[in-house]
Amino acid sequence: MKSALIYIAFSLSAIFLMAASERPPKGSIVIRNGNLLTITNGLLEATDLWIEDGVIKKIGKELKVPSGISSIDATGKYVMPGIIDAHSHIALETVNEASSPITSEVWMGDVVDPFDISIYRALAGGVTVSHAMHGSANAIGGQNITLKHRYGNKEPSGLFMNEAPRTIKFALGENPTRVHGRGKNIQPKSRMGVEAVIRNGFEEAKQYTKRWEEYEKNKGKEVPPSYNLRLETLRDVLDGKIIIHCHSYRADEIYMLIQVCKEYGIDKIVFSHVNEGFKVAPELAKYSMGASVFSDWWAYKFEVYYSTAYNAAILTRNGVLTSVNSDSGEVIRHLYHEAGKSQKYGDLSDEEALSLITINPAIQLGIDQWVGSLEEGKHGDIAIFDRHPLSIYAIPEMTFIEGVKYFDRHEDETDQRLKVDPREKVEAVYLYQETHNCMRDVDFFFTNFGRNLFEHKH
Amino acid sequence: MGEMRILPKIWLLILLALLPILGSAQIDGEVIKAEYGSFLLKGGNLVRVSDSNLEDTDLLIKNGKIEAIGKGLPEENARVIDCTGKYVYPGMIDAGSRLGLVEISSLEETQDFLELGEVTPNMQVITAVNPNAVAIPVTRVSGVTSSLAIPQGGLFPGTAALIHLHGYTPDQMFGGFKGILMNFPSTAKRGNYDKRSENTIKSEAKEQLDKIDAIWKKAETYHGIKSAGGSTDYYPEMEHLSKILAKEIPLIIEVNSAKDIKSCLEWIADKDIKVIFSGVAEGWRVADKIAEAKVPVLTGPILSLPTRESDAYDAVYANPGKMLKAGVKVAIRTNQQAENTRNLPYHAGFAAAYGMGREEALRAVTLSPAEIFGLDNLIGSLDEGKLANLFVSDGDPFETQTNITHVFIQGYKIPMTNRHIRLYQEFLERKPELLE
Repeated sequence: MKSALIYIAFSLSAIFLMAASERPPKGSIVIRNGNLLTITNGLLEATDLWIEDGVIKKIGKELKVPSGISSIDATGKYVMPGIIDAHSHIALETVNEASSPITSEVWMGDVVDPFDISIYRALAGGVTVSHAMHGSANAIGGQNITLKHRYGNKEPSGLFMNEAPRTIKFALGENPTRVHGRGKNIQPKSRMGVEAVIRNGFEEAKQYTKRWEEYEKNKGKEVPPSYNLRLETLRDVLDGKIIIHCHSYRADEIYMLIQVCKEYGIDKIVFSHVNEGFKVAPELAKYSMGASVFSDWWAYKFEVYYSTAYNAAILTRNGVLTSVNSDSGEVIRHLYHEAGKSQKYGDLSDEEALSLITINPAIQLGIDQWVGSLEEGKHGDIAIFDRHPLSIYAIPEMTFIEGVKYFDRHEDETDQRLKVDPREKVEAVYLYQETHNCMRDVDFFFTNFGRNLFEHKH
Repeated sequence: MGEMRILPKIWLLILLALLPILGSAQIDGEVIKAEYGSFLLKGGNLVRVSDSNLEDTDLLIKNGKIEAIGKGLPEENARVIDCTGKYVYPGMIDAGSRLGLVEISSLEETQDFLELGEVTPNMQVITAVNPNAVAIPVTRVSGVTSSLAIPQGGLFPGTAALIHLHGYTPDQMFGGFKGILMNFPSTAKRGNYDKRSENTIKSEAKEQLDKIDAIWKKAETYHGIKSAGGSTDYYPEMEHLSKILAKEIPLIIEVNSAKDIKSCLEWIADKDIKVIFSGVAEGWRVADKIAEAKVPVLTGPILSLPTRESDAYDAVYANPGKMLKAGVKVAIRTNQQAENTRNLPYHAGFAAAYGMGREEALRAVTLSPAEIFGLDNLIGSLDEGKLANLFVSDGDPFETQTNITHVFIQGYKIPMTNRHIRLYQEFLERKPELLE
């Protein structure tokens, strides 16, 4: 009887807890006397930043705040907006639904893993937002989810950035042609096929839209057309309700998709990786929402052989909105350093370099009205560094999301796992692993006698 | 007379009009080559590594070597390079990379770091180094002047070799150090895709170690016969392994997890050979034991994930510093990604920030690897008589804001260009711009 009561009490409190967790936690705090890298308003030296209930309430000198708000002394330290990764696969249980060249019906929100230790490691690199993307196996992949790194929250939905608009993954070149053409002997096997698959998808969606519009017009007189989530999603892409983030490398394929999008009236498209984007920079500047690039990855496969680490600088100088992404559970930990490489390769200014990992990816994800810079009214997502974040010696010390602290180097405990596998007697040791990448879950097409023949992952 | 005065003026005008064309004129297919000769680096801040820094000091390069270091050195016939306000550093040495052994990682046709067979110590990576690999010029303009080219696969994959990043034949590039690589049987997982059970992993590692022991016994027998003056059949594998026993060449052992490092230390305890550890990702867990055994370490990549989920997020960043503090001699390597060997200074920079300190991290990519390879009389610091492997920069080479302005390798002044730079020059302002 007693245990039943305890059980009921426990269940009730669990329900209350669940209800409470629906609203993401928000905090209030004042950061005193830091050097604020605002991104949109220059560097404000020795300035206070006050976050009230998750939102930046005020930026200024010697701010007067109500008593009871805790404060942090950031004298001599650098405060920047939380870093945003526009291309990531952390916190996902699976990455590719490689079963068809078009899989616009699937959504990464269904496979978010809030327990992934990579989230904590990203926070320790000052990263507060990541764009958790479908992989690059399909010409038109699944829909992505934009996450806030609220580590410790055990509900997948607790990590969703609910304000973020919908986005979808497209992929061109070697990956879709390898998986489908060479792996399964179906289109696309070449870059011609990739274009055809995308065009066929758009045309089918247009026919689908027409069928529904006719049905709506003659309501009651006809049998409704069958509902198709795949085409429903593509219809929203054509209507500009979803931003395309397209995995791409070579200039020819980038140019192709620009032409296709122009023809279908689509302007919400960001090109990702886009190693040869520098060759079609004027076109990208005019017809796209920009490019999200690697700082310096190249030569891991043929389509990235003619790359240059000066890509970000050439794109920026040509007026292309440019971001630097990780596509990796390792690189996401030091995006501030990756952004710094744009100063070695092309002399970008501090502000331009920092924009690559803050306001620019925010614009590309459609979330710049909430995050990406230190401005009154924006979310209190910040990272505090012991010195200027573009220095190699900079160490991220604290990371906040909406005023709540999720990382503090000085209070850091070694083991940050949220759960431990009970079947595991001795913890496994992994060597130089790369767990999160574009081609996860398609490796089985390319294994042979237990040996992984598939090193090119991005 | 009047005409005579006008005529040159007209010519001058024509010349002036043509100047923009002449100035930008390019000879089709023009190539910038490395230059050899005497160079006087004047008035730089010399970061010597072997000794304290020298401000406003000259350095003379002659016959491929650092001929002299001092104030107000005579210019003689040397080409003078003004280094006022700049820094001169010894060239960085990557203590383990595939640079030169692979062109495009995914294309098997271009992979030359992996041979068939489990016991192939006779495989010479120096043979497979492509002096014209596109990644070599991409790497050296960042101040990396040498790298240890390492083979992969099996138990004894081959013989690693140090190369300098300029030259047209393997002999011109060879840096004077070779080591035979051994992969110590690993009880770690290869990655998330590795679904082997704990027991399988354990028994597989045991099986492999038994194999190594059997091979080792054979090598000892072979070496015994040879050193007793006996004649042997052609047996290239044993011929190479016997060189380890004769202490003519060190054994570089790739070993990473703490448990494996401990087993490996036991394995080498009764062997009278020269040993270098490579990898050593969990070295910090057993740093005292490595120091006690006096085994030097080539570790990296530093920009990599912790080996265990329960580890601190910065475990690998901090690894070189922790090993150093325990008394281990540490050199840093980038490993595997041939194309981004250029990031060696950044691997060192992270090690510096997370506990190793700037000075020691610089040593770990210059003098320490030179010492480990027994080449500290030739490379690794700015000292008279050493090879002119060095670079000039406008700041700390670990910082991404820093520009490296000159690189010298074996006395050759290296062209500061490569495909990445040429693409930048071609496409920064593309013509035609945009088709309306």
